[in-house]
Amino acid sequence: MEFHYHIEGGDFSRAGSASSEIKKILKQLNVDPRVVKRVVVALYEAEVNVVAHAREGEMKVALGPGVIEATISDKGPGIPDIALAMQEGYSTASPRVREMGFGAGMGLPNIKKNCDRLDIESVVNAGTTVKMTTFFTG
Amino acid sequence: MEEFYHALKVSPEACTGCTHCMIACPTGAIRVRGGLATIDAAACVDCGMCLKTCPQRAIFVEQDDFNRIFHFAHRVVLLPSVVLGQFAGEVSEEQIFAELLAMGFTRVVETDQSVDILADAMREYMATHRHLRPFISAFCPAVVRLIQVRFPSMIDHVIPLKQALDLSAIHVRRQLEEEGVPREDTGIFYVTPCAAKIAAIKSPVGEEVSPVDGVINMDFIYNKIKMGMTRRDKQGVASSPARGYLSPAAIAWTLSEGEASSFEGRCLAIDEIHNVIDILEKLENDEITGIDFVELRACDHSCAGGALSANNRFLVIERLRSRVKASAGQAREKDEISRHADFLKEQAHLPVKITPRSIEKLDEDTAVAMEKMKKIHRIMEILPRVDCGACGAPSCRALARDVVQGKAKLSQCTFIQKILLQEKLVTPDEAIEIAENTWGRNRFNSNTR
Repeated sequence: MEFHYHIEGGDFSRAGSASSEIKKILKQLNVDPRVVKRVVVALYEAEVNVVAHAREGEMKVALGPGVIEATISDKGPGIPDIALAMQEGYSTASPRVREMGFGAGMGLPNIKKNCDRLDIESVVNAGTTVKMTTFFTG
Repeated sequence: MEEFYHALKVSPEACTGCTHCMIACPTGAIRVRGGLATIDAAACVDCGMCLKTCPQRAIFVEQDDFNRIFHFAHRVVLLPSVVLGQFAGEVSEEQIFAELLAMGFTRVVETDQSVDILADAMREYMATHRHLRPFISAFCPAVVRLIQVRFPSMIDHVIPLKQALDLSAIHVRRQLEEEGVPREDTGIFYVTPCAAKIAAIKSPVGEEVSPVDGVINMDFIYNKIKMGMTRRDKQGVASSPARGYLSPAAIAWTLSEGEASSFEGRCLAIDEIHNVIDILEKLENDEITGIDFVELRACDHSCAGGALSANNRFLVIERLRSRVKASAGQAREKDEISRHADFLKEQAHLPVKITPRSIEKLDEDTAVAMEKMKKIHRIMEILPRVDCGACGAPSCRALARDVVQGKAKLSQCTFIQKILLQEKLVTPDEAIEIAENTWGRNRFNSNTR
C-alpha cells in the first residue's frame, strides 16, 4: 500500500499534518506503538525540513509486510555537504525559521536515530530525497 | 468489577436518535441503531460529551441508590471542592456540611485534603523518573482512558499514582479502623462532578478495586442540599460542624492550572477533550518538546465544567478562588492527615500497570489489517463523503470501517440506497426496511413520527 502527501514549502502552520495522517494509518494497522512513535518522529522531522528549506515536496509512504519505507523528496536548495548536515546542531535555517522554534540542527540526526536505514540524495539547487526504512514485527 | 463500566446511559424513551451525540463523541463510540444512540463500551472514555450535547436530555449518569448509604453504620461523604462551588457566596461551607449530616451522613470529608500529600508523591515520582518526561497527570479518568484507547504510546508518560479521592478514602477508612469501627461498618460515598469518576471507581484502571463504596451524582446532592436549606429556612440554621483546613493548592487542585501551577519546570494545563486530543497528537509526534508536565482535563474549565455541575462553571471557579484567597490568609495548620503522609504516599502507587487497548486497530494481524484498510479505501471511493450521519455512523469513513468489520451494511448509506433503487437492485419496501434498522420501526409511516 502506498500513500502520498503534498508538502507546501514555508507553511509552518500545517507542518506535521502528513506525518499525523501516517500515524493514524499505522495505528489502524496495529503496528507496535513504539514503532509508530519512531516512524512518526522521523517523518515529522523530514516534513519540517521540507517546509523550512524547500519550495515544495512530497511524502510517499509504502507499507509492506514488516517494513515501512518513506520517501520525502523536495524541490529546493539541496544539501551541499550531507555529512556536515548530519552533525547535531548544524543548521542553515534562517533566523525567521529559528524564531518559530524550528531549525535547531537536530533534524537529520533525529531522523537517523528514529529509523533503521537512512539514504539521502541531494543535488544542489535542485532538491533532496530522503529515504527512510523502518522494520517491524507483527 | 465490570471490565468497562460506564455510568453514561441512554434513555430509550427520551432518545430520538438525532445523531448529535454521535457527531460529538471524540472517540467515535456512538452509532444509531433501531432509532437509538448506542454506545460501544470498549471505545467510550466516559468524557460526557454526549450528555452535554444531547438536546433531548436522553443521556444520563447512572448512580447508586442514595439509600444504600444506610446499609452502613458509619456513612462518610467524600466531598470534592467543586461541590462547594455549586452554591452562591452567601451559603456558608458550614451550612452545606450541616445539610450533608442532616441527610444521613455521619462524617463529611473533603476529598482534596490529601492533595498536598499527592502533589508531594507526584514530585518524588517525577524527580526519580526524569527519562519519562513529559509527565502526564492521571487526574482525569476520561483522559487516562483516552490515552489507553487512542494514544497507547503515551501510557508510559502517565504518572502511575492514585488520586486525591483514593488517598482520602484510604485515610478515612484507616482513621475509622483506629477508632474501632469494623471495616464492613464503614461506607464511603463520593460525590462526583462527572461520569468519568464513576467509571474510575466501578472499573478502576491500574488497581484491582477502588477504596470507595459508592458514588452519588453532584446534581442530585445539590438538589438535596438546596431542598434541605429551603425547608430549614423556617426553622433556623442547623448546627455547624467544624471544617478542616485546606491549603490554597488543595482547594484549587481540581480547577484548571491546579496541578500545573504546583510543579517546577515547563508545565502546561489543557482542558476540554478536543484540546486534550490535539496536544496528545503533538506530544506523540514530538512536535512539542521540552515540556516537563501536562495537566489534561476532559471538561471545559476542568471539574467546574463537569457534566453534573448544577452551577455555571465560571461562578464555581469564582467561589473556589475566593476560598483559595481566604485560605492563603490563614496560618497553615498542621492537619491530622499530614501525620500519615508517608503511609499515604506508599499507598499512592498504582499496583497494576495501565494497559493499552487501542480502538484504532483494524485487526490484531497487521497483514489482515492492511487488507481491511484497502477495502476501506475502495468503499470510500463510492461513498458521498458528506458525513451526514443518516446511515447511523458519524462519518462516511466510520461507515466504511464498520462495513469492513462486519458491523454495518453499505446499503445503510442513503446515497447508495438511491442508486440501488434506481438500478432496481432493491424494492422501495426493502429500502424502508434498511432505513428502519437504523432509525427504528414505524419511523417511516406517514401517520406516525
